[in-house]
Amino acid sequence: MQKAFKSLRRSWPLYLMMLPGIAYLIINNYIPMTGIVVAFKQYNVRSGLYHSPNIGFKNFEFLFKTNDAWIIVRNTLLYNLAFIVIGTVCAIIVAILLNEVKSTAAKQIYQTVILIPFLISMVVVSYLVFAFLSDGNGFLNKTVLPAMGKEAISWYNSPQYWPFILIFVNLWKGLGYNSILYFATICGIDYSLYEAAIVDGANRWQRIIHITLPSLRSTIIILTLMSLGNIFRSDFGLFYQVPMNSGTLINVTNTIDTYVYRGLTQSNNIGMTAAAGLYQSAVGFVLVFASNIIVRRIDNESALF
Amino acid sequence: MVEKDRGFQIGINIVMILITVMCLAPFVLLIMSSVTDEQALIVNGYSFFPKKLSLEAYHYVLADSTSMLRAYGLSFLVTIIGTLCNLVITTLFAYPLSRKELFGRGFFAFFLYFTMLFSGGLVPTYIMWTRMFRIQNTFFALIIPGLLMSAFNVIMMRTYFTTNIPEAVIEAVRIDGAHEFRILWSIVLPMAKPILATILILVGLGYWNDWTNGLYYINDDRLYTVQVLLMNIQRSMEAIKQSMQQGGQAVTGAINMPSTAVRMAVTVMCILPVMIVYPFVQKQFVKGIAIGAVKG
Repeated sequence: MQKAFKSLRRSWPLYLMMLPGIAYLIINNYIPMTGIVVAFKQYNVRSGLYHSPNIGFKNFEFLFKTNDAWIIVRNTLLYNLAFIVIGTVCAIIVAILLNEVKSTAAKQIYQTVILIPFLISMVVVSYLVFAFLSDGNGFLNKTVLPAMGKEAISWYNSPQYWPFILIFVNLWKGLGYNSILYFATICGIDYSLYEAAIVDGANRWQRIIHITLPSLRSTIIILTLMSLGNIFRSDFGLFYQVPMNSGTLINVTNTIDTYVYRGLTQSNNIGMTAAAGLYQSAVGFVLVFASNIIVRRIDNESALF
Repeated sequence: MVEKDRGFQIGINIVMILITVMCLAPFVLLIMSSVTDEQALIVNGYSFFPKKLSLEAYHYVLADSTSMLRAYGLSFLVTIIGTLCNLVITTLFAYPLSRKELFGRGFFAFFLYFTMLFSGGLVPTYIMWTRMFRIQNTFFALIIPGLLMSAFNVIMMRTYFTTNIPEAVIEAVRIDGAHEFRILWSIVLPMAKPILATILILVGLGYWNDWTNGLYYINDDRLYTVQVLLMNIQRSMEAIKQSMQQGGQAVTGAINMPSTAVRMAVTVMCILPVMIVYPFVQKQFVKGIAIGAVKG
């Protein structure tokens, strides 16, 4: 107590500095956390978040009885798994290629350009995708498919293509970002290792397999673990904007986040929607927490806490 | 050996060029579509090599449409104000957390970290902002929810302070009787320029690109940012025709509005500021990603 008092007298300006940040966290993060009680209530506007009647786990029961519950969890998990595997493999390949490019000017240009897709919003991405896939005017339907002698495809009404389209769009947007992470690690590798390998007569391929890849190991593990921690969260923009909210695609584009948004704006069952959101937050919490503990074991520096 | 190496260099450069072309191609298609004559566009679709060029869409967007210019101005305003507020709040939070002698430092750090682990989710968040704070259709809705401070940036900045600013320096000026605010302003901040620049870029990009707050809280078209305008054009082409008509001058133009090219022109205008700034800040940006990523 004495210590606290002494510290307060000396460093009250420090506490004053933190005040706006703490106030913001309370409003933006902690009040909504207390609002998760709505998942256990039969929400009505008049009674509000905290005073609507309690109904226990009924919202969860309703939620898991619907077909949607299975579909949104399946989609969220499978898409994220595909993103992690494909994204990581491609990013590592690009990082290694980038490192092998001799000309510094070329290296600089490649690095700058592949990051451009990362800079734009998902709304803009949806326009870019639309320019290729639009039914009437799209580049694919008007130019590519006729050139191949094929019929036009109504892309926004053909769910079978969308897993590939979404995986490709995600890869396109994130490739530069991810490869820069790996490239940064490669740049940090001690160059004398390569020199020694050359002296020993190792060819380029052997150097990549025996020096570069092993040096990337901990980065790969850490980034993958962190992505796995977030596997229950999906990129709302990718799944909502890019498919243009098309109803026929819903089975292959609906994830937990889009489900919650649609539930909030379109359905009357706020309680059930909140239950889906809480389910996501709770599982997400466990996953992020667990992945961080493992990351901390591997590399204390990289852990979040 | 040299011959082989040259072949290898040519090979990987070809692969890298193909990748960069893939990254850029959609943008080229976008820009070409925005300068395509509307009739040519309807006949041939979006094309990399338009049959007939026209700047009609840009003329329309820049001269005739008040809603576009207004949205553009609002986007700049939101980005500037939001980014400045964010930087101030982030710095003021990160600096005390970097001071080892701060009583309760562990608690405040946990208070921050926990928000990265658990969230209330969209439903309570939405209900809180709209029912408790009545934020819908206000300027604040574009600035405050979710964007004003990121725990992630606070951690990044705190780490920078602890590793790059020697305690001895702070201790020395403190003994001289300097006030904490004075230390932060005249000792710490000048030494923290790189991290400030990095966070400025990340936050600025975040504000410019944000459309979610617009989706959740805005339906008044006077409060559309460019992103929100684009999103709503896409949601219904009718919406823009109306809002442009309300702008006044465009009433007659609306009938023959070069709609497809206009949409593309608005999109080009939307990414233009980012593309102009990006080459100048590319180094800082890449550095920010490299530090940030390892931390989450």
